[in-house]
Amino acid sequence: MKRFEVIQAGNVEDCLRALAAHGPEAKLLAGGTDLLPQLKNGLLAPRYVVDLSRVARLRTIDLDGGRGLRVGAAVTARELELDQGVRARYPALAESGALVGSVQVRNLATVGGNLCNAAPSADMAPPLLALEAEAVIAGPRGERRVPLSSFFTDVRRTVLAPDELLLELVMPAPGPRSGGNYLRHTPRRELDIAVVGVASQLTLSDGVCARARIALAAVAPIPLRATAAEQALEGRPITTELIQRAAGLATEAARPISDQRGSAEFRRHLVGVLTRRTLTTALARARS
Amino acid sequence: MAKQALSFTVNDEAVEVLVQPWDTLLDALRERLGLTGPKEGCGTGDCGACTTHVDGKPVASCLMLAIQARGRTVRTIEGLGRLGALHPLQEAFVRHGVPQCGFCIPGVLMAAAALLAENPRPTPEEIRYGIAGNLCRCTGYTTMITAISEAATAAAR
Repeated sequence: MKRFEVIQAGNVEDCLRALAAHGPEAKLLAGGTDLLPQLKNGLLAPRYVVDLSRVARLRTIDLDGGRGLRVGAAVTARELELDQGVRARYPALAESGALVGSVQVRNLATVGGNLCNAAPSADMAPPLLALEAEAVIAGPRGERRVPLSSFFTDVRRTVLAPDELLLELVMPAPGPRSGGNYLRHTPRRELDIAVVGVASQLTLSDGVCARARIALAAVAPIPLRATAAEQALEGRPITTELIQRAAGLATEAARPISDQRGSAEFRRHLVGVLTRRTLTTALARARS
Repeated sequence: MAKQALSFTVNDEAVEVLVQPWDTLLDALRERLGLTGPKEGCGTGDCGACTTHVDGKPVASCLMLAIQARGRTVRTIEGLGRLGALHPLQEAFVRHGVPQCGFCIPGVLMAAAALLAENPRPTPEEIRYGIAGNLCRCTGYTTMITAISEAATAAAR
Protein backbone atom coordinates (compact mmCIF):
# COMPACT_ATOMS: atom_id res chain seq x y z
CA MET A 1 0.00 0.00 0.00
CA LYS A 2 1.07 3.59 -0.68
CA ARG A 3 1.85 5.45 2.50
CA PHE A 4 -0.70 7.62 4.24
CA GLU A 5 -1.36 9.15 7.62
CA VAL A 6 -4.33 8.03 9.69
CA ILE A 7 -6.42 10.55 11.61
CA GLN A 8 -8.47 8.74 14.23
CA ALA A 9 -11.57 10.83 14.81
CA GLY A 10 -13.15 10.70 18.25
CA ASN A 11 -16.26 12.63 17.28
CA VAL A 12 -18.01 14.28 14.34
CA GLU A 13 -16.19 17.58 14.93
CA ASP A 14 -12.83 15.81 14.56
CA CYS A 15 -13.97 14.41 11.22
CA LEU A 16 -15.16 17.77 9.95
CA ARG A 17 -11.93 19.46 11.05
CA ALA A 18 -9.86 16.83 9.25
CA LEU A 19 -11.99 17.17 6.10
CA ALA A 20 -11.79 20.99 6.24
CA ALA A 21 -8.01 20.79 6.45
CA HIS A 22 -7.40 17.97 3.94
CA GLY A 23 -10.72 17.39 2.09
CA PRO A 24 -9.52 16.50 -1.43
CA GLU A 25 -6.45 14.65 -0.08
CA ALA A 26 -8.40 12.67 2.52
CA LYS A 27 -10.53 9.54 2.36
CA LEU A 28 -12.99 8.49 5.04
CA LEU A 29 -12.55 5.01 6.50
CA ALA A 30 -15.49 3.24 8.13
CA GLY A 31 -15.50 -0.54 7.58
CA GLY A 32 -12.73 -0.48 4.99
CA THR A 33 -14.16 -3.27 2.86
CA ASP A 34 -14.27 -1.05 -0.23
CA LEU A 35 -11.50 1.39 0.72
CA LEU A 36 -8.74 -1.06 1.70
CA PRO A 37 -8.81 -3.00 -1.61
CA GLN A 38 -8.62 0.33 -3.49
CA LEU A 39 -5.70 1.50 -1.34
CA LYS A 40 -3.94 -1.81 -1.93
CA ASN A 41 -4.34 -1.84 -5.70
CA GLY A 42 -3.38 1.82 -6.02
CA LEU A 43 -6.73 2.96 -7.38
CA LEU A 44 -6.74 5.46 -4.50
CA ALA A 45 -3.68 7.11 -2.97
CA PRO A 46 -4.89 9.64 -0.36
CA ARG A 47 -2.41 11.41 1.91
CA TYR A 48 -4.79 11.13 4.86
CA VAL A 49 -7.24 8.46 5.94
CA VAL A 50 -9.81 9.62 8.48
CA ASP A 51 -10.93 6.70 10.63
CA LEU A 52 -14.60 6.99 11.63
CA SER A 53 -14.89 3.64 13.35
CA ARG A 54 -14.82 5.11 16.86
CA VAL A 55 -17.29 7.95 16.40
CA ALA A 56 -20.14 6.90 18.71
CA ARG A 57 -22.81 8.97 16.93
CA LEU A 58 -22.17 7.06 13.71
CA ARG A 59 -22.40 3.67 15.40
CA THR A 60 -25.97 3.67 16.77
CA ILE A 61 -29.30 2.19 15.67
CA ASP A 62 -32.25 4.09 17.20
CA LEU A 63 -35.86 2.99 16.73
CA ASP A 64 -37.08 6.23 18.32
CA GLY A 65 -39.82 4.56 20.37
CA GLY A 66 -41.38 3.11 17.20
CA ARG A 67 -41.73 6.47 15.42
CA GLY A 68 -38.96 5.89 12.93
CA LEU A 69 -35.47 4.60 12.40
CA ARG A 70 -32.11 6.34 12.64
CA VAL A 71 -29.12 4.34 11.47
CA GLY A 72 -25.64 5.75 11.99
CA ALA A 73 -23.46 5.72 8.87
CA ALA A 74 -20.90 3.40 10.51
CA VAL A 75 -23.44 0.76 11.60
CA THR A 76 -22.34 -2.54 10.09
CA ALA A 77 -24.27 -4.75 7.70
CA ARG A 78 -24.15 -7.49 10.34
CA GLU A 79 -25.66 -5.20 12.99
CA LEU A 80 -28.57 -4.39 10.67
CA GLU A 81 -28.96 -8.08 9.84
CA LEU A 82 -29.19 -9.08 13.52
CA ASP A 83 -31.01 -6.12 15.11
CA GLN A 84 -34.37 -7.42 16.36
CA GLY A 85 -36.16 -4.09 15.90
CA VAL A 86 -34.88 -3.64 12.34
CA ARG A 87 -35.78 -7.23 11.47
CA ALA A 88 -39.30 -6.83 12.82
CA ARG A 89 -40.19 -3.42 11.39
CA TYR A 90 -37.77 -2.83 8.51
CA PRO A 91 -37.22 -6.38 7.22
CA ALA A 92 -36.11 -5.29 3.73
CA LEU A 93 -33.22 -3.36 5.27
CA ALA A 94 -32.21 -6.29 7.49
CA GLU A 95 -32.37 -8.57 4.44
CA SER A 96 -30.07 -6.30 2.45
CA GLY A 97 -27.59 -6.28 5.34
CA ALA A 98 -27.58 -10.08 5.37
CA LEU A 99 -26.65 -10.19 1.67
CA VAL A 100 -23.49 -8.06 1.71
CA GLY A 101 -20.42 -10.29 1.40
CA SER A 102 -19.48 -12.96 3.92
CA VAL A 103 -19.91 -12.72 7.69
CA GLN A 104 -16.26 -11.62 7.92
CA VAL A 105 -17.09 -8.73 5.57
CA ARG A 106 -20.51 -7.94 7.09
CA ASN A 107 -18.90 -7.42 10.51
CA LEU A 108 -16.85 -4.60 8.94
CA ALA A 109 -18.90 -3.21 6.02
CA THR A 110 -21.10 -0.25 6.92
CA VAL A 111 -24.34 1.19 5.58
CA GLY A 112 -22.65 4.57 5.04
CA GLY A 113 -19.86 2.94 3.06
CA ASN A 114 -22.35 1.03 0.94
CA LEU A 115 -24.17 4.28 0.06
CA CYS A 116 -21.17 6.62 -0.26
CA ASN A 117 -19.32 4.26 -2.60
CA ALA A 118 -22.45 4.64 -4.72
CA ALA A 119 -22.09 1.49 -6.76
CA PRO A 120 -25.21 1.05 -8.94
CA SER A 121 -25.53 -2.41 -7.33
CA ALA A 122 -25.37 -1.22 -3.67
CA ASP A 123 -27.62 -3.66 -1.81
CA MET A 124 -28.69 -1.29 0.97
CA ALA A 125 -29.83 1.46 -1.41
CA PRO A 126 -33.12 -0.11 -2.65
CA PRO A 127 -34.60 -0.84 0.80
CA LEU A 128 -33.59 2.61 2.07
CA LEU A 129 -35.10 4.25 -1.04
CA ALA A 130 -38.29 2.22 -0.58
CA LEU A 131 -38.42 3.28 3.08
CA GLU A 132 -38.03 6.93 1.96
CA ALA A 133 -34.88 7.45 3.98
CA GLU A 134 -33.17 10.81 4.21
CA ALA A 135 -29.41 11.22 4.42
CA VAL A 136 -28.26 13.50 7.24
CA ILE A 137 -25.05 15.18 6.11
CA ALA A 138 -22.66 17.24 8.26
CA GLY A 139 -20.44 19.94 6.78
CA PRO A 140 -18.68 23.16 7.72
CA ARG A 141 -21.98 25.08 7.49
CA GLY A 142 -23.91 22.68 9.70
CA GLU A 143 -26.17 19.76 8.93
CA ARG A 144 -28.42 19.26 5.94
CA ARG A 145 -30.90 16.56 4.97
CA VAL A 146 -31.10 15.09 1.50
CA PRO A 147 -33.73 12.55 0.44
CA LEU A 148 -31.89 9.39 -0.57
CA SER A 149 -33.63 9.68 -3.96
CA SER A 150 -31.47 12.79 -4.59
CA PHE A 151 -28.29 11.48 -2.90
CA PHE A 152 -26.80 9.58 -5.83
CA THR A 153 -25.73 11.64 -8.85
CA ASP A 154 -23.94 9.11 -11.06
CA VAL A 155 -21.95 5.87 -10.92
CA ARG A 156 -19.79 6.21 -7.78
CA ARG A 157 -20.89 9.86 -7.34
CA THR A 158 -23.02 11.42 -4.61
CA VAL A 159 -24.03 14.91 -3.50
CA LEU A 160 -21.37 14.84 -0.76
CA ALA A 161 -18.81 17.62 -1.03
CA PRO A 162 -15.17 16.84 -0.12
CA ASP A 163 -15.63 18.59 3.24
CA GLU A 164 -18.89 16.79 4.08
CA LEU A 165 -19.66 13.62 5.99
CA LEU A 166 -22.70 11.32 5.91
CA LEU A 167 -23.88 11.08 9.54
CA GLU A 168 -26.94 8.89 9.44
CA LEU A 169 -30.01 7.71 7.60
CA VAL A 170 -33.39 8.62 9.05
CA MET A 171 -36.76 7.28 7.94
CA PRO A 172 -40.33 7.30 9.21
CA ALA A 173 -41.82 4.09 10.62
CA PRO A 174 -43.81 2.35 7.87
CA GLY A 175 -46.84 2.15 10.19
CA PRO A 176 -49.30 -0.67 10.86
CA ARG A 177 -50.21 -3.13 8.09
CA SER A 178 -46.92 -2.51 6.31
CA GLY A 179 -44.49 -4.99 4.87
CA GLY A 180 -41.26 -4.92 2.91
CA ASN A 181 -38.84 -7.26 1.20
CA TYR A 182 -35.48 -7.06 -0.59
CA LEU A 183 -34.29 -9.66 -3.07
CA ARG A 184 -31.40 -9.71 -5.49
CA HIS A 185 -30.23 -12.06 -8.18
CA THR A 186 -26.66 -13.34 -8.10
CA PRO A 187 -25.24 -16.33 -10.01
CA ARG A 188 -23.92 -17.76 -6.73
CA ARG A 189 -25.52 -17.38 -3.35
CA GLU A 190 -22.65 -15.77 -1.40
CA LEU A 191 -19.89 -13.24 -2.03
CA ASP A 192 -21.36 -11.85 -5.19
CA ILE A 193 -22.58 -8.56 -6.57
CA ALA A 194 -26.22 -8.06 -7.49
CA VAL A 195 -27.07 -8.52 -11.16
CA VAL A 196 -30.37 -6.86 -10.17
CA GLY A 197 -31.74 -5.95 -6.73
CA VAL A 198 -35.35 -4.98 -5.94
CA ALA A 199 -36.93 -3.72 -2.72
CA SER A 200 -40.68 -3.37 -2.26
CA GLN A 201 -42.50 -1.69 0.61
CA LEU A 202 -46.32 -1.75 0.96
CA THR A 203 -48.83 -0.26 3.38
CA LEU A 204 -52.45 -1.44 3.37
CA SER A 205 -55.54 0.44 4.51
CA ASP A 206 -59.20 -0.65 4.25
CA GLY A 207 -58.36 -3.47 1.86
CA VAL A 208 -56.47 -1.30 -0.62
CA CYS A 209 -52.84 -0.38 -1.09
CA ALA A 210 -52.36 2.96 0.66
CA ARG A 211 -48.70 3.28 -0.24
CA ALA A 212 -46.32 1.40 -2.49
CA ARG A 213 -42.60 1.97 -2.91
CA ILE A 214 -40.43 -0.04 -5.28
CA ALA A 215 -36.71 0.58 -5.74
CA LEU A 216 -34.24 -1.02 -8.12
CA ALA A 217 -30.47 -1.54 -8.04
CA ALA A 218 -27.99 -2.38 -10.80
CA VAL A 219 -30.31 -1.38 -13.64
CA ALA A 220 -29.22 2.26 -14.08
CA PRO A 221 -26.22 4.48 -13.21
CA ILE A 222 -27.88 5.11 -9.84
CA PRO A 223 -30.38 3.15 -7.72
CA LEU A 224 -33.87 4.34 -8.64
CA ARG A 225 -37.56 4.19 -7.76
CA ALA A 226 -40.11 2.59 -10.11
CA THR A 227 -42.73 5.32 -9.66
CA ALA A 228 -45.14 4.23 -12.42
CA ALA A 229 -45.33 0.78 -10.84
CA GLU A 230 -45.93 2.37 -7.41
CA GLN A 231 -48.78 4.51 -8.78
CA ALA A 232 -50.41 1.51 -10.44
CA LEU A 233 -50.67 -0.17 -7.03
CA GLU A 234 -51.80 2.74 -4.85
CA GLY A 235 -55.53 3.09 -4.14
CA ARG A 236 -56.35 -0.39 -5.42
CA PRO A 237 -56.84 -3.80 -3.82
CA ILE A 238 -53.67 -5.77 -4.53
CA THR A 239 -54.32 -8.83 -6.66
CA THR A 240 -52.00 -11.24 -8.44
CA GLU A 241 -52.91 -9.51 -11.71
CA LEU A 242 -52.11 -6.06 -10.31
CA ILE A 243 -48.74 -7.28 -9.01
CA GLN A 244 -48.03 -8.64 -12.49
CA ARG A 245 -48.90 -5.26 -13.98
CA ALA A 246 -46.66 -3.42 -11.52
CA ALA A 247 -43.82 -5.83 -12.34
CA GLY A 248 -44.22 -4.95 -16.01
CA LEU A 249 -44.12 -1.20 -15.25
CA ALA A 250 -41.02 -1.66 -13.07
CA THR A 251 -39.36 -3.43 -16.00
CA GLU A 252 -40.01 -0.33 -18.13
CA ALA A 253 -38.35 1.90 -15.49
CA ALA A 254 -35.09 -0.05 -15.72
CA ARG A 255 -32.34 1.32 -17.96
CA PRO A 256 -29.79 -1.48 -17.66
CA ILE A 257 -26.52 -2.01 -19.48
CA SER A 258 -25.06 -5.31 -20.63
CA ASP A 259 -21.88 -6.36 -18.86
CA GLN A 260 -20.12 -9.53 -17.69
CA ARG A 261 -22.77 -10.07 -15.02
CA GLY A 262 -25.73 -10.07 -17.35
CA SER A 263 -27.22 -8.64 -20.53
CA ALA A 264 -29.63 -5.70 -20.47
CA GLU A 265 -32.41 -8.04 -21.64
CA PHE A 266 -31.70 -10.50 -18.79
CA ARG A 267 -31.66 -7.64 -16.27
CA ARG A 268 -35.03 -6.34 -17.47
CA HIS A 269 -36.42 -9.86 -17.12
CA LEU A 270 -35.03 -10.06 -13.57
CA VAL A 271 -36.62 -6.73 -12.60
CA GLY A 272 -40.01 -8.19 -13.49
CA VAL A 273 -39.42 -11.43 -11.60
CA LEU A 274 -37.95 -9.80 -8.48
CA THR A 275 -40.59 -7.06 -8.40
CA ARG A 276 -43.33 -9.70 -8.48
CA ARG A 277 -41.63 -11.76 -5.76
CA THR A 278 -40.84 -8.84 -3.43
CA LEU A 279 -44.36 -7.40 -3.79
CA THR A 280 -45.85 -10.80 -3.00
CA THR A 281 -43.70 -11.17 0.14
CA ALA A 282 -44.26 -7.53 1.18
CA LEU A 283 -48.03 -8.07 0.83
CA ALA A 284 -47.96 -11.24 2.93
CA ARG A 285 -45.94 -9.40 5.60
CA ALA A 286 -48.31 -6.41 5.55
CA ARG A 287 -51.27 -8.77 6.06
CA SER A 288 -49.71 -10.79 8.87
CA MET B 1 4.98 9.63 9.19
CA ALA B 2 5.95 7.91 12.38
CA LYS B 3 5.08 4.49 13.61
CA GLN B 4 2.32 4.46 16.16
CA ALA B 5 1.98 2.43 19.33
CA LEU B 6 -0.88 -0.05 19.21
CA SER B 7 -2.08 -1.46 22.53
CA PHE B 8 -4.60 -4.26 22.37
CA THR B 9 -5.34 -7.71 23.72
CA VAL B 10 -4.24 -10.63 21.62
CA ASN B 11 -5.09 -14.17 22.65
CA ASP B 12 -5.77 -13.06 26.26
CA GLU B 13 -2.49 -11.15 26.56
CA ALA B 14 -2.14 -7.37 26.68
CA VAL B 15 0.39 -6.41 24.00
CA GLU B 16 1.87 -3.21 22.60
CA VAL B 17 3.48 -3.04 19.17
CA LEU B 18 4.64 -0.31 16.84
CA VAL B 19 2.75 -0.23 13.57
CA GLN B 20 2.77 1.91 10.45
CA PRO B 21 -0.48 3.76 9.71
CA TRP B 22 -0.95 1.63 6.58
CA ASP B 23 -0.32 -1.73 8.28
CA THR B 24 -3.38 -3.97 8.30
CA LEU B 25 -4.36 -5.92 11.39
CA LEU B 26 -3.16 -9.00 9.51
CA ASP B 27 0.26 -7.35 8.92
CA ALA B 28 0.56 -6.50 12.63
CA LEU B 29 -0.36 -10.03 13.73
CA ARG B 30 1.96 -11.77 11.26
CA GLU B 31 4.89 -9.39 10.91
CA ARG B 32 5.04 -7.68 14.31
CA LEU B 33 3.70 -10.40 16.62
CA GLY B 34 4.79 -13.53 14.73
CA LEU B 35 1.29 -14.96 14.72
CA THR B 36 1.33 -16.60 11.30
CA GLY B 37 -1.85 -18.64 11.78
CA PRO B 38 -3.97 -16.03 9.99
CA LYS B 39 -2.94 -16.11 6.32
CA GLU B 40 -2.98 -13.59 3.51
CA GLY B 41 -4.80 -15.28 0.63
CA CYS B 42 -6.46 -12.65 -1.53
CA GLY B 43 -5.90 -9.52 0.54
CA THR B 44 -9.32 -8.23 -0.52
CA GLY B 45 -11.70 -9.95 1.91
CA ASP B 46 -12.86 -12.66 -0.48
CA CYS B 47 -11.08 -15.83 0.71
CA GLY B 48 -11.41 -15.83 4.52
CA ALA B 49 -7.86 -17.15 5.16
CA CYS B 50 -7.16 -14.14 7.42
CA THR B 51 -10.32 -14.58 9.55
CA THR B 52 -9.64 -13.29 13.06
CA HIS B 53 -11.98 -12.48 15.94
CA VAL B 54 -12.17 -8.83 16.99
CA ASP B 55 -14.26 -8.37 20.13
CA GLY B 56 -15.56 -11.89 19.48
CA LYS B 57 -16.71 -11.24 15.91
CA PRO B 58 -15.06 -12.81 12.88
CA VAL B 59 -13.57 -10.21 10.53
CA ALA B 60 -11.32 -10.21 7.49
CA SER B 61 -8.15 -8.93 9.20
CA CYS B 62 -6.70 -7.98 5.80
CA LEU B 63 -9.38 -5.26 5.49
CA MET B 64 -8.86 -3.63 8.87
CA LEU B 65 -6.07 -1.19 9.63
CA ALA B 66 -3.99 -2.32 12.61
CA ILE B 67 -4.54 0.89 14.52
CA GLN B 68 -8.30 0.39 14.28
CA ALA B 69 -7.72 -2.51 16.70
CA ARG B 70 -6.50 -0.16 19.45
CA GLY B 71 -8.04 -1.24 22.77
CA ARG B 72 -9.85 -4.17 21.19
CA THR B 73 -9.73 -7.87 21.99
CA VAL B 74 -8.32 -10.00 19.21
CA ARG B 75 -8.18 -13.77 18.93
CA THR B 76 -6.31 -15.73 16.30
CA ILE B 77 -6.10 -19.47 15.71
CA GLU B 78 -3.09 -19.47 18.07
CA GLY B 79 -5.51 -18.54 20.88
CA LEU B 80 -8.31 -20.94 19.98
CA GLY B 81 -6.72 -24.03 21.55
CA ARG B 82 -3.31 -25.17 22.72
CA LEU B 83 -1.22 -28.26 22.05
CA GLY B 84 -2.61 -30.87 24.39
CA ALA B 85 -5.79 -28.86 24.87
CA LEU B 86 -7.21 -28.38 21.40
CA HIS B 87 -10.56 -26.70 20.82
CA PRO B 88 -13.34 -29.27 20.14
CA LEU B 89 -13.47 -28.00 16.56
CA GLN B 90 -9.76 -28.65 16.14
CA GLU B 91 -10.18 -32.16 17.61
CA ALA B 92 -12.98 -32.86 15.14
CA PHE B 93 -10.91 -31.47 12.22
CA VAL B 94 -8.05 -33.84 13.16
CA ARG B 95 -10.39 -36.81 13.57
CA HIS B 96 -11.93 -36.25 10.14
CA GLY B 97 -8.65 -35.42 8.41
CA VAL B 98 -10.07 -32.09 7.26
CA PRO B 99 -6.81 -30.24 6.53
CA GLN B 100 -5.33 -31.08 3.15
CA CYS B 101 -2.85 -28.35 2.21
CA GLY B 102 -3.96 -26.58 5.39
CA PHE B 103 -3.75 -22.98 4.19
CA CYS B 104 -7.45 -22.19 4.69
CA ILE B 105 -7.86 -24.11 7.94
CA PRO B 106 -7.05 -21.37 10.51
CA GLY B 107 -9.63 -19.10 8.88
CA VAL B 108 -12.22 -21.86 8.62
CA LEU B 109 -11.77 -22.78 12.28
CA MET B 110 -12.14 -19.15 13.39
CA ALA B 111 -15.29 -18.76 11.28
CA ALA B 112 -16.67 -22.04 12.64
CA ALA B 113 -15.83 -21.09 16.24
CA ALA B 114 -17.68 -17.79 15.79
CA LEU B 115 -20.64 -19.62 14.28
CA LEU B 116 -20.89 -22.09 17.18
CA ALA B 117 -20.54 -19.30 19.76
CA GLU B 118 -23.60 -17.64 18.22
CA ASN B 119 -25.54 -20.74 17.21
CA PRO B 120 -24.44 -23.84 19.19
CA ARG B 121 -26.56 -26.30 17.16
CA PRO B 122 -26.38 -25.16 13.52
CA THR B 123 -28.03 -27.15 10.74
CA PRO B 124 -25.77 -28.29 7.87
CA GLU B 125 -27.29 -25.42 5.85
CA GLU B 126 -26.36 -22.92 8.57
CA ILE B 127 -22.84 -24.36 8.71
CA ARG B 128 -22.46 -23.92 4.95
CA TYR B 129 -23.70 -20.33 5.28
CA GLY B 130 -21.37 -19.73 8.28
CA ILE B 131 -18.26 -20.76 6.36
CA ALA B 132 -19.38 -19.33 3.01
CA GLY B 133 -16.71 -16.64 3.36
CA ASN B 134 -13.90 -19.21 3.49
CA LEU B 135 -12.48 -20.65 0.30
CA CYS B 136 -10.69 -24.03 0.30
CA ARG B 137 -8.63 -24.59 -2.85
CA CYS B 138 -8.43 -28.31 -1.95
CA THR B 139 -12.27 -28.24 -1.95
CA GLY B 140 -12.45 -30.13 1.34
CA TYR B 141 -15.82 -28.68 2.30
CA THR B 142 -17.71 -31.92 2.93
CA THR B 143 -15.42 -33.09 5.74
CA MET B 144 -15.41 -29.56 7.19
CA ILE B 145 -19.18 -29.56 7.48
CA THR B 146 -19.17 -33.05 9.03
CA ALA B 147 -16.47 -32.08 11.54
CA ILE B 148 -18.17 -28.79 12.53
CA SER B 149 -21.49 -30.58 12.93
CA GLU B 150 -19.86 -33.27 15.07
CA ALA B 151 -18.08 -30.71 17.28
CA ALA B 152 -21.40 -28.92 17.82
CA THR B 153 -23.17 -32.16 18.72
CA ALA B 154 -20.36 -33.17 21.11
CA ALA B 155 -20.46 -29.78 22.85
CA ALA B 156 -24.24 -30.04 23.27
CA ARG B 157 -23.96 -33.40 25.06
